Amino acid sequence: MLSRLVRRAPTLLMPALFAADVSAEYGLNMPVGVTDVSQSVFDLHMQIFWICVAIAVVVFGVMFYSIFKHRKSKGAVAAQFHESTTVEIIWTIIPVIILVLMAWPATTTLIEMYDTSDSDVDIKITGYQWKWRYEYIGQDVDFFSNMSTPKDEIYNRAEKNENYLLEVDNELVIPVNKKVRFLITANDVIHSWWVPDFAVKKDAIPGFINESWTRVNETGIYRGQCTELCGKDHGFMPVVVRVVEQEEYDTWIATKQAEAKAAAALAKLTFTLEEQMERGEKVYATNCAACHQANGSGIPPSFPALKGSAIALGPVDEHIKRVVSGVAGSAMQAYGAQLSEVDLAAVITYERNAWGNDTGDNVSAKDIVDFNNK
Amino acid sequence: MSTVVDINTENNHDDHEHHGPAKGIARWLFTTNHKDIGSMYLWFSFIMFMIGGCMALTIRAELFQPGLQLIEPEFFNQMTTLHGLIMVFGAVMPAFVGLANWMIPMMVGAPDMALPRMNNWSFWILPFAFTLLLSTLFMEGGGPNFGWTFYAPLSTTYAPDTVTFFIFGVHMMGISSIMGAINVIATILNMRAPGMTLMKMPLFVWTWLITAFLLIAVMPVLAGVVTMMLTDIHFGTSFFNAAGGGDPVLFQHIFWFFGHPEVYIMILPAFGAVSQVIPTFSRKPLFGYHSMVYAVASIAILSFIVWAHHMFTVGIPLVGELFFMYATMLIAVPTGVKVFNWVATMFRGSLTFETPMLFSIAFVVLFSIGGFSGLMLAIAPSDFQYHDTYFVVAHFHYVLVPGAIFGIFAAVYYWLPKWVGNMYNEKLGKMHFWLSFVGMNLTFFPMHFLGLAGMPRRIPDYALQFADFNQIASVGAFMFGTTQLLFLYIVINCIRKGEKATAQVWEGAEGLEWTIPSPAPYHTFTTPPEVK
Amino acid sequence: MTESQNKHKKTITRLLIAVVGMFGFGFALVPLYDVFCDLAGINGKTNGRYEASTEMQEVDESREVRIQFITHNNESMPWEFKPTVTEIKVNPGQMTQVDFYARNPTSSRMVAQAVPSLSPSEGVNYFHKTECFCFNQQALEAKEEILMPLIFVVDQALPKHIKVLTLSYTLFDQGQFDQDGFDKKVFIQQKEDQIQVLGSL
Repeated sequence: MLSRLVRRAPTLLMPALFAADVSAEYGLNMPVGVTDVSQSVFDLHMQIFWICVAIAVVVFGVMFYSIFKHRKSKGAVAAQFHESTTVEIIWTIIPVIILVLMAWPATTTLIEMYDTSDSDVDIKITGYQWKWRYEYIGQDVDFFSNMSTPKDEIYNRAEKNENYLLEVDNELVIPVNKKVRFLITANDVIHSWWVPDFAVKKDAIPGFINESWTRVNETGIYRGQCTELCGKDHGFMPVVVRVVEQEEYDTWIATKQAEAKAAAALAKLTFTLEEQMERGEKVYATNCAACHQANGSGIPPSFPALKGSAIALGPVDEHIKRVVSGVAGSAMQAYGAQLSEVDLAAVITYERNAWGNDTGDNVSAKDIVDFNNK
Repeated sequence: MSTVVDINTENNHDDHEHHGPAKGIARWLFTTNHKDIGSMYLWFSFIMFMIGGCMALTIRAELFQPGLQLIEPEFFNQMTTLHGLIMVFGAVMPAFVGLANWMIPMMVGAPDMALPRMNNWSFWILPFAFTLLLSTLFMEGGGPNFGWTFYAPLSTTYAPDTVTFFIFGVHMMGISSIMGAINVIATILNMRAPGMTLMKMPLFVWTWLITAFLLIAVMPVLAGVVTMMLTDIHFGTSFFNAAGGGDPVLFQHIFWFFGHPEVYIMILPAFGAVSQVIPTFSRKPLFGYHSMVYAVASIAILSFIVWAHHMFTVGIPLVGELFFMYATMLIAVPTGVKVFNWVATMFRGSLTFETPMLFSIAFVVLFSIGGFSGLMLAIAPSDFQYHDTYFVVAHFHYVLVPGAIFGIFAAVYYWLPKWVGNMYNEKLGKMHFWLSFVGMNLTFFPMHFLGLAGMPRRIPDYALQFADFNQIASVGAFMFGTTQLLFLYIVINCIRKGEKATAQVWEGAEGLEWTIPSPAPYHTFTTPPEVK
Repeated sequence: MTESQNKHKKTITRLLIAVVGMFGFGFALVPLYDVFCDLAGINGKTNGRYEASTEMQEVDESREVRIQFITHNNESMPWEFKPTVTEIKVNPGQMTQVDFYARNPTSSRMVAQAVPSLSPSEGVNYFHKTECFCFNQQALEAKEEILMPLIFVVDQALPKHIKVLTLSYTLFDQGQFDQDGFDKKVFIQQKEDQIQVLGSL
């Protein structure tokens, strides 16, 4: 009796558990999401699910009936029938019909998802190890989006915040009710860009461009993650999209464009060592600490220590070269392509003075520009 | 010319008959006996299962709570990679080859496999291959860390140096599988006892025949793709490197052309085993034998045209995506037919529930659940939400654990008395079943929810909303893992002091293997039996 | 040889041939993939050099197609690389030139290869490049800059539902290939020849 109940439990519980939105709140079901496509996908998902439940109830029902009624211990004597062509044909044809019925809405939804035409905004998304880069085509807005969860939270030295592992320094901002087209590629290995609430997932493949699109119906903040194993920090490159009204979007774009100009202007200024250390520490935490560690000790041999290292203590030009150009064939990326001259100067200054390195060097943005022009 | 009868020769001839197997380690190194080799495969597989299981427990221990507590992400990636490789190539496949070796000759009335010496080599390659693979964990740069599916360029340009050893290991395992498959086909096609037509063969033999053809077809393709990796890494080719005109997606196409038939290779013998067990404990013949054979053949053929359902998010154009969706949905039909036939076998039978039957019934129910999640995954638009999440992990663990592994357990409990000559402890066997059943479901059922809620695969740390189900899964995993030590105890106990078994062993058992004594003599069917 | 050994020999021979055949098939999948992609325009890989025919001269003024250009530097490629225009509207049949700016900011000679990718991939067979800097490797001396041409024409037969074509170039540093003495130009030309040969079968 008990064994029967235990065996039936999953099938009995499932209907209750999958009561649509309620279960999504408890993290049990796919989100309905905030786009027409995500709604279609959710509906399709539930349709297929219920069909499967129905089939399971029938088939397992027959089996459990048999387990109960046809036991030898209850005196059952085995019949000897062992084939029936009619029955085989019936239970081949009926599943085929069910599948055709499933295939119909699946096909229409897929066709909908593939229609990238007539977009209002085009955004190029590039997957890097281990961050995303967003470029608004034709708008001069181009920035990186790094996970901003502090290492202290990850290593259990601080309490984890609500958006643990799903927060970034620079969110992707898009306008509500507008068709946004994504052009997706990668810088190094294959990544995948996924926002569950949009039902958008597309692989980012180096050397190739993929397209996807979304039209979000509700403002809000939506979070996703990289969904293709891409190395060490695959689990630490989240996607955060902020969907706003058109006006707010326009303002944000203008701000970003102004920021880009300001960053260029900043490159002409010089900063005190204190200012550099403060800025540099932040840049280091976002871009370098994952491998070289917050205390500069690295994880040798893959990730060398910077504390007391020959490069951090040696000639400034060599240090600049290492950071700007990276090391081909290793995990050390060319940050010259990713960070502004101001940030590069700050982080190099930080590395040369932190953890007891104390060289007293203050590398300026101009030094970086000069290096690039050499 | 001497007229003296050579008495010594005659005596020697007799002695040879009663010699039995060699003694000591030489026996195992040089044996060409299918029973010995079958046993070695099974023990090897169990050891690999334990090692792969330890890796799984390492993974589940780290995932018990959010945050990084025990291991670093780089090592986590090595654990997930090796867990997959070891379970697929070291545990499941060798276990089925072990069962094939033990049972196919006896089931068809043959004295041994077609190529006994090649059989020995097929086995002995494996310990070498896996020692090489496992040793990479201790080499500089760490072991393979790119997932058991080793997509390029993560596994080529960005791989650790040990990738070359990984490639050699895969080559060796492939050669072993191919040789084993050749042996199985030659044995089944050429050595059946007179009267045993193809359509009189036990279903286990049929499923292995088809599995062997699948292996012949796809293991060489795997060898090809890892060779292409090798040349991309070391010899400047650009099969998978866009810089040189290649395409990373090409890797996925070639890999999954192997990969999809591979997963059927890992389940068809289980279908066969369960098709032997259920009729026995229902005391009723298998329902729809012919249909069952055609269904297995259909599944095998269809398995060649569905591979891109692993690649729905890669950017395949609409028409291609639709084709693979339809073809994948179609595989549900012959699979469903098999499930219906098993249920029809039980229906109006006279059922008892010894351990092999418990595992087989659980197989039918839980494999079907895995099949349902597979059907959901086949639906391309929804797959965009499931792909590379824990929903997929739940799916394949349902078809592999209560599918392949429970199938193996069912087979082992079923045939162990024949191999060893003693009954295993039925009470303990049932305990092993129930603990495995509960542990397995606790581990993998919550993963459906995790995937739907948005948790990606292959991550060492996760957002807070995934914490509760991860905790349950980890508890289940430790329960399932430790239970397998009970299985080890049951087997060893059976060998050492079980109750004596008869030749028939099970009341409802039919087939040539039950006509010979238990334990099966070292050489059986040296004269072929008559099959009516 | 006994009868059973003969039977085994036949079986094994056939199976070994199958094994070798499938191994070869695995490698054959490489050019087959290119052929299939070429025929069906599947993975966004654009075709080789296009020989313009007289039919192409007719311009379809009734229809406008938006062509977007995006560029990306792979990995640590330090060059500046961008299109002179990010977007252009063309009529099918109209031959158009767009230049791409590249600059090598380092202090040593470098060799680059631009790899194109077109989206949507259905458009691949309708986007013809008669001249493209991506056909060859590009060498730039230290600090050298260059304007590289792309001359293309959109086929009138471009399906009506495609209104935007996005052409993306990824720039790769060919330094390592150069060093190995592996001739990328020859390799790419060989692949294009292969595609044309197989495509004509």
